[in-house]
Amino acid sequence: MTSSVVSAETTRRTPGAIAPAGHAPATGAQEMSCRPEQAPPEDLSHLRVVPARHPGRAVLAVVVGLVVAAVLYSFVTNPRWEWGVVAEWFFAESIIRGLLETLKLTLLAGAVGFGLGLLLALMRLSPSTLISGVSWTFSWIFRSTPLLVQLLLWYNLGYLYEQVRLGNPFTGQAVFEARTSDLMTPLLAAVLGLGLHQAAYAAEMIRGGILSVDQGQLEAASALGIPARDRSLRIVMPQAMRAILPPAFNEIIGLVKGTSIVYVLAHAELFFTIQLIYGRTQEVLPMLLVATLWYVVITSALSVAQYYIERHYSKGAVRTLPPTPLQSLRARLARLRPAPTGAAA
Amino acid sequence: MNLLTLLRRPDRDARAQNRYPAGRSADAAPDRAGTDPASPRGGQVEIRGVHKSFGDLEVLRGIDLSISPGSVTAILGPSGSGKSTLLRTINHLEPLTRGLISVDGEVIGYRRDGDLLHELHERQVLRQRAAIGMVFQSFNLFAHMTALANVAEAPRRALGVPRREAEARARELLDLVGLAEKAEVYPRQLSGGQQQRVAIARALALDPKVLLFDEPTSALDPELVEEVLAVIRSLARAGTTLVIVTHEVPFARDIADTVVFMDHGRIVEQGPPAEVLDHPRHERTRAFLHRVRTGLEASPSVPDAPTDLPHHLPEDH
Ligand SMILES: Nc1ncnc2c1ncn2[C@@H]1O[C@H](COP(=O)(O)OP(=O)(O)O)[C@@H](O)[C@H]1O
Ligand SMILES: [Mg+2]
Repeated sequence: MTSSVVSAETTRRTPGAIAPAGHAPATGAQEMSCRPEQAPPEDLSHLRVVPARHPGRAVLAVVVGLVVAAVLYSFVTNPRWEWGVVAEWFFAESIIRGLLETLKLTLLAGAVGFGLGLLLALMRLSPSTLISGVSWTFSWIFRSTPLLVQLLLWYNLGYLYEQVRLGNPFTGQAVFEARTSDLMTPLLAAVLGLGLHQAAYAAEMIRGGILSVDQGQLEAASALGIPARDRSLRIVMPQAMRAILPPAFNEIIGLVKGTSIVYVLAHAELFFTIQLIYGRTQEVLPMLLVATLWYVVITSALSVAQYYIERHYSKGAVRTLPPTPLQSLRARLARLRPAPTGAAA
Repeated sequence: MNLLTLLRRPDRDARAQNRYPAGRSADAAPDRAGTDPASPRGGQVEIRGVHKSFGDLEVLRGIDLSISPGSVTAILGPSGSGKSTLLRTINHLEPLTRGLISVDGEVIGYRRDGDLLHELHERQVLRQRAAIGMVFQSFNLFAHMTALANVAEAPRRALGVPRREAEARARELLDLVGLAEKAEVYPRQLSGGQQQRVAIARALALDPKVLLFDEPTSALDPELVEEVLAVIRSLARAGTTLVIVTHEVPFARDIADTVVFMDHGRIVEQGPPAEVLDHPRHERTRAFLHRVRTGLEASPSVPDAPTDLPHHLPEDH
């Protein structure tokens, strides 16, 4: 009984308590409208905007900085890393030759992988069951076989098929004839193995990108009478690139390091060269460090490229592009400098 | 000086090989103010016995409609009644199940051989589509291209117009829809109304004989509707045949020569706006108009299909 009285009272009181507060702005507005008669409006043009401070970020920056410094310190001071050996070998001619070979492999396998991948993706999206089936089967086979097996199979193709022979079907005369083992150099086996394997993955990635583009874009293009080729290359692909690029760079970076698997074919890329050297000198750790540092250099260059390429393809997709790191650095520096230095500069 | 005639289409005279029905378009030309009889640019659209099914779902159930050159036809009807599908069959975005559609006597999407209709190759369909512009409810502007590039793209790719020429023409068209200063802006940086105006300019760039509008203002905020309707009004007396699916009844009354009311995949009634909108003969038309006036049928973004047309797929907005 009592409690119900209390609650009834509270409910009665609550709206009453809200009401004056709700009216407050109105009274404020009335005051404002009266004020001009008493005093001229305040000139607000001198007000300055101060960006919000983020003390949490500063603390985090200090913590991260300390951790990084500690790790770097151990790297530099621990004598077992043998930085002298690293410096001695880093630009050695054999290493540079291996590095170039790695880059060449990446480039060739990447070109095969992404070129064929694009073709496979388009085939997979074809309305023809036969064509899309061929593409599906390719991806299925090359994704299910271990890369190492593929490389060894390509390299040992001569064992399976001794001769490659291209004949004139009418006369039976050979136009081209060669022993498979002469044709199948380690480089070719590596490019085929890495490239075809890459193509199977690239195809799915590119297909995903294409599927992410709004169907209305294709429809509008068809309604405008734009031919199929231009619809794919000018309307769909540029928009699909936004979804394709991040995983594509993942794959390319993976490929750079993945080329090291080619050491099984005794092809003298970076990693194979490194192994040769430490096999001789027994300086295993510093040599691995040399290889790692070079992979870091390549990956860093690729990451920077990725940033700018992604930026290029996000044109139109975001309302305003964020500034590049360089641009924001310049803006920061400009803010640090005292304002009226235009003439002095 | 009509801006729309600046871009000549070289192959327009070459489209007469495949006529149906023979020789109707000439005497069917209406007596209209503003239509220049010396250069009738609007297309005559004939829709004959058109049926369209999606699997078991019959969406169009025998549509007959004759649209005269340069006229304005407004199509009204409840959501799910098949208006979009009908519009999309006119430029063969949807193939027909039965029936025939022709523009200026040329059968769209098919080659007629006696009683057989052979579906045309894509290349030929694309050529036909260049004469039939379409404006979508959701604009469908190419998001990665500036407004100018959007408008210039189709003339360049479909007709092979050189870039500079196509862009000069695109600027004129953007000016025509009041967006000359937005040429270098990307679609996402434009308001909905501005995007739709760019889309209209894009459809005009091919100098079409027929322009199809599929609820051009349904995706827009109320205050943006009028700027788009104003652009469409300005096209109404320029000679191009306009077919407009719309829920804007006052606009339809104002602009249309013929109002078509569709329901359940059929045309329930058609006639001048004064008849269909002000003195509808059918109960279904009356009920629909009442619903539109009371705001119940304003936005088709919430589709309410008639009970006997089950929704197999979401609508293609
Ligand atoms: N591609 C499609 N597949 C299956 N059903 C569809 C398809 N397109 C439209 N429909 C169906 O056809 C009917 C008519 O659709 P639509 O022409 O879009 O109607 P309206 O434009 O009048 O609202 C709806 O029931 C819709 O679900
Ligand atoms: Mg619709």
